[in-house]
Amino acid sequence: MAEPLLDVRNLKIGATVYPPGEPPEDITIVHGVSFTLEKGKVLGLIGESGAGKSTIGLSSMAFGRGGVRITGGEVFVNGRDILKLDHGGLRKLRGDEVTYVAQSAAASFNPAKTLMEQVIETCLLHGLCDRAEAEKRAVTFFKKLGLPNPETFGNRYPHQVSGGQLQRAMTAMALCPKPDLVVFDEPTTALDVTTQIDVLAAIKEAIRDTGVAALYITHDLAVVAQVSDHIMVLRHGKKVEYGTTKQIIEDPHEDYTRALVSVRSIEHEEKQPTPKPVLKIENVTARYRGTNFDVLKNISVDLHPGQTLAVVGESGSGKSTLARVITGLLPPSAGRITFAGRELSREQTARKRDDLRELQMIYQMADVAMNPRHTVGTIIGRPLEFYFGLKGDAKKKRIQELLDEIEMGKGFIDRYPAELSGGQKQRVCIARALAAKPKMIICDEVTSALDPLVADGILKLLLNLQKIEHVAYLFITHDLATVKAIADSIAVMYRGQVVRYGSKSDVLAPPFDDYTDLLLSSVPEMRLGWLEEVIAHRKMESAGN
Amino acid sequence: MGVRIHPLLKLVIQRLALGLLLLLVVSAVIFLGVEALPGDTAQAILGQSATPQALANLREQMGLNDPPLTRYFDWLGGVLTGDLGKSLTNGADIAQAIGQRLGNTLFLAACAAVISVPLALILGLIAARYAGKWPDKVISAITLTTISLPEFVAAYFVIYLLTQVIPLFQPVAMVFPGMSFGAKLHAVALPVIVLVMVVLAHMMRMTRAAILNVMQSAYIETAELKGVRPMQIIWRHAFPNAIAPIVSVVVLNLAYLVVGVVVVEVVFGYNALGQFLVDHVTKRDLPVVQAVGLVFAGVYIMLNILADVIAIFANPRLRHPK
Repeated sequence: MAEPLLDVRNLKIGATVYPPGEPPEDITIVHGVSFTLEKGKVLGLIGESGAGKSTIGLSSMAFGRGGVRITGGEVFVNGRDILKLDHGGLRKLRGDEVTYVAQSAAASFNPAKTLMEQVIETCLLHGLCDRAEAEKRAVTFFKKLGLPNPETFGNRYPHQVSGGQLQRAMTAMALCPKPDLVVFDEPTTALDVTTQIDVLAAIKEAIRDTGVAALYITHDLAVVAQVSDHIMVLRHGKKVEYGTTKQIIEDPHEDYTRALVSVRSIEHEEKQPTPKPVLKIENVTARYRGTNFDVLKNISVDLHPGQTLAVVGESGSGKSTLARVITGLLPPSAGRITFAGRELSREQTARKRDDLRELQMIYQMADVAMNPRHTVGTIIGRPLEFYFGLKGDAKKKRIQELLDEIEMGKGFIDRYPAELSGGQKQRVCIARALAAKPKMIICDEVTSALDPLVADGILKLLLNLQKIEHVAYLFITHDLATVKAIADSIAVMYRGQVVRYGSKSDVLAPPFDDYTDLLLSSVPEMRLGWLEEVIAHRKMESAGN
Repeated sequence: MGVRIHPLLKLVIQRLALGLLLLLVVSAVIFLGVEALPGDTAQAILGQSATPQALANLREQMGLNDPPLTRYFDWLGGVLTGDLGKSLTNGADIAQAIGQRLGNTLFLAACAAVISVPLALILGLIAARYAGKWPDKVISAITLTTISLPEFVAAYFVIYLLTQVIPLFQPVAMVFPGMSFGAKLHAVALPVIVLVMVVLAHMMRMTRAAILNVMQSAYIETAELKGVRPMQIIWRHAFPNAIAPIVSVVVLNLAYLVVGVVVVEVVFGYNALGQFLVDHVTKRDLPVVQAVGLVFAGVYIMLNILADVIAIFANPRLRHPK
């Protein structure tokens, strides 16, 4: 058998962490992981955050992010141990043999330089070819990756193109020096589903055509199943399972892998609308100050007590703006909002305290929604003081009840947000919202920043709390799997308008309008060949038109 | 529909208009400040022992009895037509007196800037490249020492070293019309060295801080993973994104070199605007003080507009709108 392109043996990676109020501590992130990758093959690395997948990916370039360092093991690329290379050798490895595609292409491109200059930089600096040849290569890759106007695309600056286009440009940048291995680090995670599918297809085609090998890092098993030959499941820096993609998806051996495959299996029975909605939005139109177009156009939806209305759409569709209008942060230019039987003032500052109390919010970024210098007890206790005037033991008792409700013990009462995991932080935010005894909570992408299994836990908690507290959710998300799991009714938004609205069963049943069809068919499915089917189907349709 | 102009041009025009407005406000403030001083010009000319009748006559003659607003606009009108009035002490034309000394001031400032700005940038880039290592520490220590020394101490130190120990230069920086350029350069060498020592640290530290701030960005990691050399990462990727903060500090120091170097001028006997201003403040020659104040304010505002414009041009989002 030929020598593998990448051979990682017993890799150990450590880092120094600085927990608040305690002395620095050395921790181990990766505990002796081994794997090999052959030329032209794609290996998917999958796991939740903290599993060490990005760290392992970067170790194939002998790079440690922040204070991360490789503490043991060997990494062979093309037969030589790259951990023993000097600075010059490393620079040649990075860019010539191994290249990298980051999660956030928007942050990973230099805003002060044209895309072309950045795409061909490695070729020129490493003397791989002259400028004319490098630009020719770049244009070829722009074309292959389906970028608009490939001849002139490179003259643009990063801020002049969209997120999906940047992600493809970064792929072109990685392929331009004709490397042997590309490390894709969550390349589609930050994109909308409708964009993700195009980028995914473009990346897959580019890998196939160039014959390059790839490490594909993601937390989304359904995505990695579309592009990789083998999959390695990681957890807490250890290998859980390694196998062909087919085996991992269809016949996982380990419990953890099975949990990943069957994620989002929440059963939720749809409730019937009631005669009196808790929130009634009628013909609401809104625009931001200083702009001349409406970001919301004539929106009318209802939310019923104790039920969930999911608002779905891609970024820029106006979902979060709708939340701002309901909370009064952005006064609408037309329309009416009725909440719990009374009309809400357009401006948040003009609202009564009870209106504020009964309408709470939970945000996507739990860590920035909490004061890092307050304890969990203070954070949850604040609405209790503010709305109910609770003090002393009564307050403490109520905080403990709330902590029990979110399935966290009273041991957390004196902890600071920095000491909590992502899921725990979001739970504290939920408790804070519940503390006000609201009739309705606006949940703005509350699970988007979380790993699938953790997100699942949060969704189950929210459903459970809905049963107990009879609270209504306006659930804003771009993730259709989440919608299927928890919604009673759905509003699909596109460019500031509600294009489809009704009960969950109606909205998710054909016949679909064009946009909802595109949205639904773009959600990755946990099976082999899904991507090809969808792309082939779309090509057929566009040919038919 | 209005005329469509490039948004960048619009921003620049806005800055210029704002600068002119600011200059107008400053002129009013200077006028008011001088007005608020006890005594007036007539008193200053005639001295404490003047008779009330003589004062009244002179005031009438100089138009000092007009309302302040009228006198302000008279003065402003004069400034706009290049007439800054006559000096009280010797009756000389102020514009002419300022003109020659402003030339000397700008010559000294330009010489100091030509050396200190590139040097500060290069040292800043090197310090950022080796942040926390010995080159960084050495550069920081030296520049901090030079900035901590009062200017006159540094000046005497330099004079001692370069005229006594190594007799290369004259201790007095005399320049006069008709001198050759080379001779002028030789004459101002010592004050230039002192000024470079004074302004270097500030600009160098800002360069270092701005570069290190940009070095946290994701695109620097991208460059590292592309196998770009550290110095090239700083020069090609970090520096273009750190221009705005660096330029603003550079400009503040340039402004200082023009308006704030009176101590150095005095030590080296250099005949320039700062010394001229201080002389006339002590003589209570108010028209001269007003005029020099206005010139200094103009230089300050102009340089800061320049910094704004450079920052605007350095921003790709403004240079290449969507």
